[in-house]
Amino acid sequence: MTSALSITRAVNPPRAAYLDFPLGHTAGKPHQPRLNRYIVRDALTGFETLHQPGQMLMLPYEWADDDAWKDGVMRPRSPTEQHDDSRVERDATPQYQTEHDRALAEAELVRGGCATCVWLDEPGA
Amino acid sequence: MPSTRPPVDYIERTRDQYSALGYPPYQWVENAGLPPWAELAKPLSQCRVGLIGSGGIYKTGQVAFHYKDDTSFRIIDTREPTSTLRATHFAYDLTDARSDPNVVFPIDTLNELAREGFIGSLAERAYAFMGGIYSSRRVRGRLAPELANRIVRDGVDVVLLVPV
Repeated sequence: MTSALSITRAVNPPRAAYLDFPLGHTAGKPHQPRLNRYIVRDALTGFETLHQPGQMLMLPYEWADDDAWKDGVMRPRSPTEQHDDSRVERDATPQYQTEHDRALAEAELVRGGCATCVWLDEPGA
Repeated sequence: MPSTRPPVDYIERTRDQYSALGYPPYQWVENAGLPPWAELAKPLSQCRVGLIGSGGIYKTGQVAFHYKDDTSFRIIDTREPTSTLRATHFAYDLTDARSDPNVVFPIDTLNELAREGFIGSLAERAYAFMGGIYSSRRVRGRLAPELANRIVRDGVDVVLLVPV
C-alpha cells in the first residue's frame, strides 16, 4: 500500500495499491472500520488482479470533499513564511509515546529483556 | 466532489524543502527495470496473510524506536488487542495513528477480513519498524532480508506492506 505515488514509482515494487490520503493514513481513517475494511480489501485484491510486474492499483477513496489538504503539505503556509523542518531532533534514545510506556519497557528489561524486540548488527560487523 | 488536484509529489516537495533549508539533496531509492514477480499460488481466501508496517508501531512493554537510523523491529502478536499499540516516528503527524493504530498498522482490519473469509487467516506475528531510516544500504542489506526470512519461517503466503 502507498500514499506517496512518486516515491513508490521510483522504488518500483512488484505491485502496489495507491491511496490518495495524507501521510500517516496508508490503511485508512481513525475509528472508521467499515471504510478501512473496504480500503484494505481492495488493496489485497491486487494480489489476484494484477499480473504485470510494476502495476499499481489506484484506490478510489477520497480523504475529504475537496483536495485543499494537499496544498500545505511540506510547504510554507504563506508566501512570506519560511520553509521549516517540523521533524523533531533525532537521537538514539527510545522515543516513547508516554512515560508510562517507558516505565513498562524498562521494567521488562530488568526482568530479562524484550523478547519481541529485534536489533540487527551492521552488515559485515 | 471528486478530487481536483493531482497526487502530492513528495519527491518534488522534499527537494524544494531541502533546498530552501540549505540541506544537501535527498537521495531517493530508484529501482530501474522490471521488478521481481511471483503470482499468488492460491486464492486470497486460502492465504495466510502477513503484515509489515513502517509507521513506528510498538506495543506497551516493548522498547520504543529511536529516531537515528533505527533498523530494529518489533514482533507484534496479531491476536492481542490493538489498544496496547503505540506509535512513534519523527516524520509524520502521529495524531491519528495514536488514536487508532489501524490507520498505519491494520491488524483489526485484517482480522475482520479473516473472520469474513476474504483472506484465509492473518499470521500470528506481524512486524513493525520505524521507517525514517536514511541508510538505504542498511535497509537493503540487513532489515529487509531479516524480515523476509522471518515471514517465510512464519509460513505466510502473501504479505501486506504498509509504509508511511
